[in-house]
Amino acid sequence: MTIFSRLLTALSLVLALSLIAPAASAQVNPTESSVNEDALFQALGTSPVAGRVTIPDANAGYLIKPENKSWAALQGQTLHTLSIVAVVGMIAILALFYLIRGKIRIDSGWSGRKILRFNAIERFAHWTLATTFIILALTGLNLIIGKSVILPLFGEAAFGTLSTWGKIAHNYLAWPFMAALVMIVLLWIIHNVPNKVDLEWIKQGGGLLKKGVHPPARKFNAGQKLIFWSVVLGGAALSYTGIMLLFPAEAGTAADWQFYQTIHALVAAALSAIVIAHIYIGSVGMEGAFDAMGSGEVDENWAKEHHALWVEEVKATQDRNTKQVATPAE
Amino acid sequence: MARMKFLCDADRCIECQACVTACKNEHEVPWGINRRRVVTINDGLPGERSVSMACMHCTDAPCAAVCPVACFYTTDDGVVLHNKDTCIGCGYCSYACPFGAPQYPQTANFGTRGKMDKCTYCSGGPEPDMSQAEYVKYGSNRLAEGKLPLCAEMCSTKALLAGDGDIIADIYRERVVTRGYGSGAWGWRTAYGETVTV
Repeated sequence: MTIFSRLLTALSLVLALSLIAPAASAQVNPTESSVNEDALFQALGTSPVAGRVTIPDANAGYLIKPENKSWAALQGQTLHTLSIVAVVGMIAILALFYLIRGKIRIDSGWSGRKILRFNAIERFAHWTLATTFIILALTGLNLIIGKSVILPLFGEAAFGTLSTWGKIAHNYLAWPFMAALVMIVLLWIIHNVPNKVDLEWIKQGGGLLKKGVHPPARKFNAGQKLIFWSVVLGGAALSYTGIMLLFPAEAGTAADWQFYQTIHALVAAALSAIVIAHIYIGSVGMEGAFDAMGSGEVDENWAKEHHALWVEEVKATQDRNTKQVATPAE
Repeated sequence: MARMKFLCDADRCIECQACVTACKNEHEVPWGINRRRVVTINDGLPGERSVSMACMHCTDAPCAAVCPVACFYTTDDGVVLHNKDTCIGCGYCSYACPFGAPQYPQTANFGTRGKMDKCTYCSGGPEPDMSQAEYVKYGSNRLAEGKLPLCAEMCSTKALLAGDGDIIADIYRERVVTRGYGSGAWGWRTAYGETVTV
């Protein structure tokens, strides 16, 4: 009991002292009350631990950035898996589509008469965009899935050299890609404004699923408009985020850069899948379709089946032009 | 096999920068690159602490996870090394690293960089041990000579510890128990998923 009462008096004394002299209690022992890592993490949440450094690089002042690991997991695992799923998934869907539907033929056969569908400037813009996109997509995809696909096939040395050149190509071909993207916007945006005709086209599934079904369309049908807007909006997103990645110092903080990289990879995976479908339908998927971008001239029967309203417009313009020529000047 | 780790006892570090200088000199690290640096937290305030930080040679290293060319590898000693011949200088590892370890000797057009350089735990690279080619690319290989990293070996206050993770954790634990305080094994939770509990 005596010990207990003594303790009590001692405690009350300490309490009284601390109340009387707050200045004394505010004095901290700098050796003992050091900054503790655990406490610091709790206080900071996900923010980095930072301090002062004697070297000019301000970024070196960040001691620990635990949140970098979440981007690493996203980039190393999630985006890796998503990219494979997007590309392989789309190829699988198209293979299945080909097996079921087969090549979409010209129902009324080749007419032998040609209509100019895309002029030289349009084809130049398209193929500049197409070739740069394919190289950008392949070199970009290589950065994400190359280590699990190409590395085991070619070995580390060859894969490293390939990736170095791929990176250079990716950095420099981004610019003609952006120029071509601007060109196709200027050339085709007028033809890609959604309208009522598109609703009917979508209602009939574009005639893709049933043989002999050909919903009317003008120069671009709803499906092509979808490709156009995917390429334009996706391409714009890729261009913007890509420029940020090209100029990391101007992009902002490391977290900003990580955000841009994630968006860049996600949009690239989605757009690659869409473009694979576009390549399919423009080549092996549909008879007569490649001519539109190949020679620029399509077969009249193909045009009538897939772009009936556009053919009427072309014919009307031609008729007007021939009338004007036939009418004597005097 | 030992699992090599670094541990900086911030209650002992006096921010003398000798580890930084030793590293630079030992490996002839070029101007502008710091494989190791000292960061001072709460500078000028009560509870100020300095921590010497370099590559922590993480378990499941995030740099290796993001590297597009898979140029990273972990040695039998648990040291994370990389192959400069394969590195494309994309910079991804520098965004994945929680410790700011990856360094780049130059910047060129469009944010491209030279081959990445970082702390090798004084154990070189994929070239033959102690070869000239290895020295030029990665610096000296003290581990192959049976020595520990120079930064820790010549630390005047023995704040920076290098060696087997269990052994240096024991040394640190003993210090904390003896003196009655410790600010923690900086970076351990982030690098190895667990910290040193006393």
